Amino acid sequence: MEVLLFGIAKDIVGDSQIQFSETDKVPRSVSELKKMISETYPGFGRLSSLAVAVNSEYAQDDVPLDRNDEIAIIPPVSGG
Amino acid sequence: MNKKIIEIVDIIDASQVFTELSDTQSGGICVFVGTVREHTKGEEVVSLEFETYKKMALKEMDKIAKEAMEKWKLNKVIIRHAVGFKKVEAPVVVVGASSAHRDACFEACRYLIDTLKETVPIWKKELFKNKTVWVSAHP
Repeated sequence: MEVLLFGIAKDIVGDSQIQFSETDKVPRSVSELKKMISETYPGFGRLSSLAVAVNSEYAQDDVPLDRNDEIAIIPPVSGG
Repeated sequence: MNKKIIEIVDIIDASQVFTELSDTQSGGICVFVGTVREHTKGEEVVSLEFETYKKMALKEMDKIAKEAMEKWKLNKVIIRHAVGFKKVEAPVVVVGASSAHRDACFEACRYLIDTLKETVPIWKKELFKNKTVWVSAHP
């Protein structure tokens, strides 16, 4: 499973994506993903907000994750 | 003619927008152009860098344009955002609408920019002389 990173999320992780390999514990839902990355990278816990997109749509915490989904971490947006 | 223009580009030419929104049925065009300000909280900004999750950003921008066209009677709508490095005074976003009467396009224009700032996955980094800051990242 691959998770895309943008903006400050890239700086927190030090990469443009997070890979969960077959052998890793793979997050099964949006809330699990948020919890796992916040534990591994405490910088996420200090953000004003943290959203996840599944197949390029905002996804609520209970949305399940499949390894074929396009998953992205959406830190606080600041366009305009 | 296309009624909706939704784009993410490298460089914005703010002078195009009148022609793009002009319409025989419209009596008014309202446009907001967001530009790079020289100071943030008293500190001098050297430049801004914009990054996007393009696929999702275009989807979200399209939703906003559609919602605006449902809420108000609009003839044309534009949402165009720039990405990459931008110098002070450069245009970074253009939103606008045309309508038969001015109330609709004035109200829609504010809705377009306010909603874009809340939902569209675009990130702005401020580059100062001695540091960089992702805008709005921290409380």
